[in-house]
Formats: sequence, structure tokens, C-alpha cells
Amino acid sequence: MTEARSDLLTLVLAIGAFLVVATAIGQILQRRLSPDRSNAAIENLNARINAWWVMVALIGIAFLAGRAGVIVLFAFCSFAALREFVTLTHTRRADHWALAAAFFVVLPVQYYLVATDWYGLYAIFIPVYAFLLMPIASVLRGDTERFLDRVAEVQWALMICVFCISHVPALLTLQIPGYEGRNVLLIAFLVIVVQMSDVLQYVWGKLFGRTRIAPRLSPSKTVEGFVGGIASATLIGAALWWITPFTPLQAGLLALVITLMGFFGGLVMSAIKRDRGVKDWGHIVEGHGGLLDRLDSVIFSAPIFFHIVRYGWSLT
Amino acid sequence: MASPDEISADARSRTRRWAAGPVATLIVLFARAVTAVRAHWSPDGPPQRQHVYYANHSSHGDFILIWTVLPPRARSRTRPVAGAEYWLKSPLTRFIGSHVFNAVLIERQQKTRSEDPVARMAGTLDEGASLILFPEGTRNQTDDPLLPFKSGLYHLAKPRPDIELVPVWISNLNRVMPKGEFVPIPLICTVTFGEPLRLREDEQKQDFLDRARLALLSLSPHTDTAA
Repeated sequence: MTEARSDLLTLVLAIGAFLVVATAIGQILQRRLSPDRSNAAIENLNARINAWWVMVALIGIAFLAGRAGVIVLFAFCSFAALREFVTLTHTRRADHWALAAAFFVVLPVQYYLVATDWYGLYAIFIPVYAFLLMPIASVLRGDTERFLDRVAEVQWALMICVFCISHVPALLTLQIPGYEGRNVLLIAFLVIVVQMSDVLQYVWGKLFGRTRIAPRLSPSKTVEGFVGGIASATLIGAALWWITPFTPLQAGLLALVITLMGFFGGLVMSAIKRDRGVKDWGHIVEGHGGLLDRLDSVIFSAPIFFHIVRYGWSLT
Repeated sequence: MASPDEISADARSRTRRWAAGPVATLIVLFARAVTAVRAHWSPDGPPQRQHVYYANHSSHGDFILIWTVLPPRARSRTRPVAGAEYWLKSPLTRFIGSHVFNAVLIERQQKTRSEDPVARMAGTLDEGASLILFPEGTRNQTDDPLLPFKSGLYHLAKPRPDIELVPVWISNLNRVMPKGEFVPIPLICTVTFGEPLRLREDEQKQDFLDRARLALLSLSPHTDTAA
């Protein structure tokens, strides 16, 4: 068994054990405190744990299928996320061809470029080419009603749902000396640290939360949850240094950066939901919100993480 | 002895019946992939009994969405009411309309038609089927959320006053596939089922139609105004 495989196996077993413990705690809490499913906090916790099982299973299968599997998985995530995002925009009939191009041209092309490791183009394809060509597709229909709103929303949707998400599988293309064949563990590092940060902020907030940090955006987020969650997720990141090409200190600092980006990304996405008057982006898992609700923090941290690692560790 | 023509016609019809199931499944899967459609049931949960579902109409896919979210048992006995002149246009639409959706095809042109649509619908109800109706009578291409209702709903409820009428609001499908476009845009759609209502004794036609229309309109989420 190669070193990468054995590290991955250790990681999968550790995550499996963690989820088993979490599921057991969730079930015990439910039996004791919420037998009639009336305690919203416990129901929410169990819903999150179930979503993790699904997430871990999907990512596990994709990892086994190798690079193609990971790229296809995140391409589908982009598709579902874009579907949720565009649903809440002001697009009109005149945007039909621009939207069709976003789903059926821009999205597949971006992932094709990632798959073929064409960094020079996938880094600018959406920020430059889509940015200029999409408004042209819309303007040809001659409808000027809310034109700037519409083209800006479509561009934002593509940046968030396709460009940012595609930087997760793009981690596979980095060439880090001494880390060959193990890049998939960088994805595991990113996803685990950011997801743990989300849940630890929630747990710290539930236990010690007093002071609201952004009452108008996200009433449940507290200063105590923010500090405790970021600090403990940073420690988890440092403790995971052995699956990365980083030293423990570097792993901790990177974990701090991505958890901070994740936190503020969550606030940005909350502001959009508030503006649109919805509680969740969608309903990908029955009753548990949409894909964007689960991925918002990963979306904001992935490109930054990618570029720091590429600049600091990668040969290309 | 049956003539070769009759045999091949019989074989064709058997093939069509056999193909209807898989084609229906494909259509449902496609509808879900594009719209991730979800039902919001009324407090009573998914429908169990025989109903007349009446819905807003802005796209040819409207009844497909209702059909997709219905539980399989209710789906198998629910028949959409659709315009014959559209669905009998080509062999493919004829197959989909008659065999896959088992539609009750009615003739809309008053002058040329051979059968009264209301009698046809009432007859289908008597066979135990549920119906999907679009009381606006035509697809809504305006900026108004809902056109005035035609009187068919009243004329159907009058002789069958025990049938429960369930308002169903379909949201966003008009943005998925606007008129004249042929590439669907993936967007999340919802189908909202309201509380059933019945024709009251001595209720006037216009009062009833207004009440039914308001009940449907009240299911429209405000986000629809974004479209």
C-alpha cells in the first residue's frame, strides 16, 4: 500500500469513527431531550450529521474513482449550486441564451480546463471571457430593464458556483515536490477544516454564545462561537499537518486563513439570502437547506487556499 | 383470421403500451434533473383521495411537474386535461399525450367539436380518476400572475359537487422554458398544494370562480414577482 493510500485510509477510518460517535451522541440527545422531535437544536444537529454522512460517502467514492471522479463530483456540485443561485436572480427572458451558455457551455468548459490542467486559461476563463461574452449574449435581445442587475447577477453566480467551486478539484493539479500522488489529501484538509470550523462555531455558540456578531445578517452567529470555532478548527488544521505538505505551524496558519474566509463567506451568502427574503438556498437534502447552504464557506476559502499553496509549494 | 395490417397495428399498440412506462420514468427523471422540483403539501399531507387539481398555466411542462411530485399511487390515477389539437398534432405528441400521460384530450373549438368537454371530464371522474385542469384555459404569457378563469371549473363542479377541488401553484417553470425557447434553463421549481374546496350550495358561478381563483393566487410565493 502506498503512503498516500495508507494516509487516506487512516483519515477515512478517523472520520468514520468521528461520525459514528457524533451519530451516537445525536441519537442519545434525541432520546433524552427531544423524543417528540420538538427540540430544534437537536434536530438541526442530527440533520447536519446525516448530511455529513452523505458528504463523506460521496467524497469517499469520488476519491476512490481518482481525479476524474473528483472533477465530476464537483462539476455536479457546481451545477446544483448554479441552479440554486440563478433561481434567486432577476433574470428575464432576454437572458435565456446567456443562462443556457452558463449551464451548458461555461460550466463544462471550466471543468474541462481543470481536468486538462490548463491553469493559464481556467484561472481567467470566467473572470475575463465569460465576464465579457455573457452580457453580449443578453444585450442582443435588446431588453434594458434592470440590465446591470441581471448581467452582474449572472456573473456573480458563475464566479461563486463554478469558478470558486472548481478550485477544489484544481488542487489535484498542483505539483508539490515530495507530495506526488497525495493531492487528494489537500482537498480532504480543506473540506475537513472548513466544515469543522462551521460546526465548532455552532457548538461554541450554543454553549457559550452571548454576544451577537452580526445580528442583522445571521442572528445565530456569536462572538464566542466565532472565536472558539475558528481557534479550535485552526488547532484541528495544525493537528492534520501529517496529511499535508506543510509543517504544523504552516498547517495551522493556512487553517486560520481558510476558516476566516469561510466565516466571512457565510456572512456574505447570508446577506444575499436576506436580500432575497429566503431562509435557505434550496432543498437538495429534504428539509436541510440547499447545497450552497452547506458549501458557502468552502466556496470562499477554496480559491485563496489554492493560490497560497500554489504560490508557496507548487512547482507550476 | 386477422389481416397482416391488423396484426401489425395490434403489435404497435402493444409496443406503445409497453414503452409508456419507461418513457414516463425518463420524463420524470428529466423534470427532476432540470427543476429539482419539490412539493409543498397542504397541512393534510400528500393527496390520498380523488381530486380535481387546478393549477396556474404558463408552460407545456406544467402538468408534468404536478405529475412528477404526486406519490406514485395518486399519479397512476391522475389524468391531465389537455387540448386535443395540440396533443394530436404528431405521432410523438399523440403517443406522449395518450399513452404516457393518459391525458383526457378535449376539443377546444366550440364550433367544430363533437363532444362536450365538461361531459367528458365528468365521465372520467365517474371512472374514479383524478384530473389536472388549467382553468385559465390557455398558457399565461402576460405579466399578471393569473388570468381570469374560464367557467369550465364551475360547470364541472356543478354536476359533481362532492368532488374536492385542490388549488396547485406551480412556481418558476415559466422561467425554465419561456415560450418560443427550446433549451430549458435549470431552475428550482416548487409545486404548492392548497386546501381543498367545494362548490357551495347556491353559490353563483362568478362567486365560485372568484373564490377558486383567490385560493390559487394565495399559494403564490412572493419570490415569483422576481420573474
